[in-house]
Amino acid sequence: MKPARFAYEAPTELEAALALLSDDLVDARVIAGGQSLVPMMNFRLAVPELLVDLNRIAALRYVRVDGGTLRIGAGARQAELLRDPAIEAGWPLLTAGVRHIGHPQIRSRGTVCGSLAHHDPVAELPALAVALDATMTVAGPSGRRRIPAADFFVSYYESDVQPGEILVEAAFPPVEADTGWGFAEIARRRGDFALVGAAGLVRAGADGRVAAARLVLFGVAERPLRATAAEQALVGSDGGEDVLARVRELVAEAVDPVADGHATAEYRREAAAHLAAEVAADAWGRTR
Amino acid sequence: MSEDPRLVRLTVNGVEHAAEAEPRLLLSDFLRHRLGLTGTHVGCEHGVCGACTVLVDGAPTRACLMFAVQAEGSSVTTIEGLAPDGDALHPVQQAFHEQHAMQCGFCTPGFVLSTVALLEEKPDADDDELLDALSGNLCRCTGYRNIIAAARQAREGMKAGE
Amino acid sequence: MSDWIGQSVPRVEDDRLLRGEGRFVDDLHPAGALEAAFLRSPHAHARIVSIDASAALELDGVELVLDGQVLAQQAAPMVFDIAELIPPNVAESTGVTSRVHPMPAIPADRVTHVGQPIVMVVARDRYVAEDALELIDVVLEPLPAVVDAEAALAPDAPLVEDSWDDNEAISFAFTKGDPDAAFRDAAVVVEERLRSNRASASPIETRGVVAAVDPMDGRVTVWSSTQTPFILRDFLVKLLALGPDDIRVVAPDVGGGFGLKGSIYPEEVAVVLAARALGRPVKWIEDRAEHLAASTHGREQIHEIALAADADGKLLALRDRVLINGGAFNTLGIVVPYNAFTHLVGPYEVPALDIGVRVALTHTMVTAPYRGAGRPEVVFAMERALDRLARALGMDPGELRARNLIGPEQMPYATGIVYRDGTDQVYDSGDYPHLLERARAHAEAARAELGGDGRRIGVGYACYVEGTGVGPFESARVRVEPSGRLTVFTGSSSQGQSHRTTLAQIAADAVGVSVSDVDVVGGDTGTLSHGFGTIASRSVVVAGNAIATAGGEVRDRLLELAADRLEASPGDLELRDGVIHVAGSPETAMPIAAVVGPLTPFNPGRPKDAAPVVEAGAIHRPSTVTYAAGAHAAIVAVDERTGVVEVLRYVVVHDCGRVINPTVADGQITGGVLQGIGGALLEELVYGEDGQLQTGSFIDYLLPTASEAPEFVLEHADVPSPLNPLGVKGLGEGGAIGPPAAVANAVEDALADLGVVVRECPLGPSQVRELIRQGQVNTVDS
Repeated sequence: MKPARFAYEAPTELEAALALLSDDLVDARVIAGGQSLVPMMNFRLAVPELLVDLNRIAALRYVRVDGGTLRIGAGARQAELLRDPAIEAGWPLLTAGVRHIGHPQIRSRGTVCGSLAHHDPVAELPALAVALDATMTVAGPSGRRRIPAADFFVSYYESDVQPGEILVEAAFPPVEADTGWGFAEIARRRGDFALVGAAGLVRAGADGRVAAARLVLFGVAERPLRATAAEQALVGSDGGEDVLARVRELVAEAVDPVADGHATAEYRREAAAHLAAEVAADAWGRTR
Repeated sequence: MSEDPRLVRLTVNGVEHAAEAEPRLLLSDFLRHRLGLTGTHVGCEHGVCGACTVLVDGAPTRACLMFAVQAEGSSVTTIEGLAPDGDALHPVQQAFHEQHAMQCGFCTPGFVLSTVALLEEKPDADDDELLDALSGNLCRCTGYRNIIAAARQAREGMKAGE
Repeated sequence: MSDWIGQSVPRVEDDRLLRGEGRFVDDLHPAGALEAAFLRSPHAHARIVSIDASAALELDGVELVLDGQVLAQQAAPMVFDIAELIPPNVAESTGVTSRVHPMPAIPADRVTHVGQPIVMVVARDRYVAEDALELIDVVLEPLPAVVDAEAALAPDAPLVEDSWDDNEAISFAFTKGDPDAAFRDAAVVVEERLRSNRASASPIETRGVVAAVDPMDGRVTVWSSTQTPFILRDFLVKLLALGPDDIRVVAPDVGGGFGLKGSIYPEEVAVVLAARALGRPVKWIEDRAEHLAASTHGREQIHEIALAADADGKLLALRDRVLINGGAFNTLGIVVPYNAFTHLVGPYEVPALDIGVRVALTHTMVTAPYRGAGRPEVVFAMERALDRLARALGMDPGELRARNLIGPEQMPYATGIVYRDGTDQVYDSGDYPHLLERARAHAEAARAELGGDGRRIGVGYACYVEGTGVGPFESARVRVEPSGRLTVFTGSSSQGQSHRTTLAQIAADAVGVSVSDVDVVGGDTGTLSHGFGTIASRSVVVAGNAIATAGGEVRDRLLELAADRLEASPGDLELRDGVIHVAGSPETAMPIAAVVGPLTPFNPGRPKDAAPVVEAGAIHRPSTVTYAAGAHAAIVAVDERTGVVEVLRYVVVHDCGRVINPTVADGQITGGVLQGIGGALLEELVYGEDGQLQTGSFIDYLLPTASEAPEFVLEHADVPSPLNPLGVKGLGEGGAIGPPAAVANAVEDALADLGVVVRECPLGPSQVRELIRQGQVNTVDS
């Protein structure tokens, strides 16, 4: 399982990287963490002619809070999010979800933006990005585009990053006060990709009832799925058993999962319903 | 042509090395076959078994998922670097021996380095964090109980300043 | 005298392995070595129409391309002696038919499983070799394939071996007593169809082989990640028509075997041929994708099993129709099927038996022994059937077993079955009721202690016996070095079993030296004229006893020599820690180096007619296997909503006879149990109907991690074997035999009131939820 030959460049500036990607005749890919790409190259399922390494672009290696927004550059490793108590404090849903990603060896090298751009729909980060309403910044020959998470994930292993473009930043807005979070997934083994997962935020209103809710499911469709009907049921409710049962029903109706070697479609549907309710309950519980 | 082999300079176990590598040469193969450091083992080449775990600039890294050219200028620690020249074993290595945490020994270097990486970053890692770090390496011989015991013993030993 | 046997001596293997100084086969790289890669069949069944490797040969760095037509001129198809070996009374008592099935190392005409080698390329390095594979133009004509064993035995199934008229490779049957009458008159009968699924041993080190020809004398040295270097040597000698001294086979450090590395493989043949053709060393290291596709598979069995019992739960009869999926070639004959048969009834008294076994060929990878070698599958069938019987009777499953276990007062117990070595099967020693009683005590304590987080707790048992220490023989030579250290040569080789420590303990006790003064050298055909290797839980039994015998002879010789020097009689001497002295006179102390030193031929005062070296060789030929046994209990928690199963605690009460090194023994058991838990919850090799392997990497073939390792309760209840001087029984496989049965029983126990019936593993979350759904349907229908 040795990779095919390729040309390799490790520019130190983003513009140089974009220039390398701009030649339509060369099949080029970017590499950052490599945790998804290199296995594919070792299997010769991915055979780029040119590999553009982003790891030497110092300007992309950042994790910072900027006026309340958490900005994560393309060179930032997943593990870095777990080291800063300010991130845990401001975006606990994000750090809780990242802890489920693989193992320390994967998180120490894998990047946040790389996982987002790669878009495995059973991975945690795409769902977290949708739940937290992140905005992705994509750099290309004609400048930068900003894409909300809701539009960024297209289908299996397909994001809105076009040929010649690079995802350079994921920005997570501040989470509103009185918001609780929930995250749960079912995996065959610790650290595996999920069979099904859910990420959620629930905000309490001054009246002690649910003021807002975001519930995102992953592993049930070709991209993270907002359970909007379930969210609407939660808003204005007391977050109690009745509405959680309703959340289960609505989610079961909303999802249309596929079967694969690990789980039946029916299993994913059922599990999604349970996890959605569990995550909604956890999030609501954390507002008190 | 940027497909051609180029000189890769890096520090391995405190010693500077320079050796040729074409871009596609995996770091695992570079360490084992260019530098002759065969203590790092290869079990899957797709990032699951962890037998190839080394430290790259202190971070636990699957060497089969990195190209040697990417390690230019970095500082790598392999199993051979923990107790060089017949020195006394590192507390993690010693704990693996005392707890009978190895049988065939093939997965052992990867486990040892994953444990070292965790305990150097978080000397007071709790049992759950230990388990998380150990779960990224596969063993087929031991059934893991003794590996977990060794990691716990090493944690206590390193906290006590061994 | 046992200074060392029974002690948990810390391992001598560890230091160099911890420092990364192991020498596994991929660590060996003789000067000038080339590397091989194999183009493998993408189809389960296809005719090879043409192969054009011209572009590959032109690639810079490619030295050789070898296909099946060329190979056929250099080597006959592979046939293994063991496939042709059926003792007459085995044949007589079971009517066994087993078709000898030659396997071309690389086929010339037809491929019969995905992953089968079609072309070998040898090149400068593996990267270039893989580039070359992409340049080879192979035209294959796909043919209909069959992957399911039942489908393979259907009338119009595509033939795997086109010179046969059907796909049945092996068939045999056995009856005892009057099973028909027993079933007719029984108070209760349960019938189940149970399935064990296909698994891969998946040691963390894949296979590999390096072959080099000495340019001076043409002798071939082969380093192979093998469990059986002597068998490989003997096979290559025959295949290539060489003299036994023309090939030396060495097993270097080997990273786990579990039976998988106990077969002889096509790649070993091809690499040796390539090395001879090129006059340069050739190396092949298997990658993980190759491993999952083309290293032997195990465990795929279907049982249609029925138990008949009286109203008190006393077993009256067992009927079982067993179908084993043999894969594309019947390479090892009756080894696994007959093992299965002889271990089905286990530690229970069953007066009437009606057992039939068939092995079907299919267009899948060859199946062969994997830790347990047929036993885990039959224990799954029997133990699941017992639980179903318990439920039918409204009886506690532990109690049902207790009523049927053979008691210690019945030992030695003849089963009426002929064992694979041609002897009558006799359980020689053991206290099975005690094993179960202790397991039940631990399990019920666990059930009371664990739980309370909303998950359902279940307990499941599995009891088994294991014939260990199978022959035909193992050999050993013990030699005293001038330094006074001992070197022990043995045919056994180690893939993690700690032989360099445990066999050293045996030698140390046998001679009377310190264990730290013993060096064990195994797995090298250059060191011994005859040997076998390490499979089938045999090493402490056969190698251990050979070493003990040889060591005893060395001790006697040393005492004789010392007696002369000290002018005493050997009976007055003590030898301990490598020092001899006259009893009661410590001032006469003479280290054994001083005893052997004067033997040098340069010494004019040397004892007349004495050999210059003190050494002894011995062979141990066991009369038959000796029976280890165990009672396992799994305590699981099942989340009814998500179907997730967690093994909270695993109990093993174990009899492996006299224990050489308790820590090593427990490590072997623990490792085996985790492989078993893998099979119970996670691991399954899956072929699509088209014969494509759907679980071709560790992304889909899931091995258990540290997070899946339960707490263990390991208790020993060892009854020494009466069949060998050391009193030992084998222990390498036992841990793996019980878990699928115990875990399945525990899961069903946890979900019994939901009408759940477990008939196969792995029990992933989706499978468990499906069982619960089925259970609801069953409950409604009943």
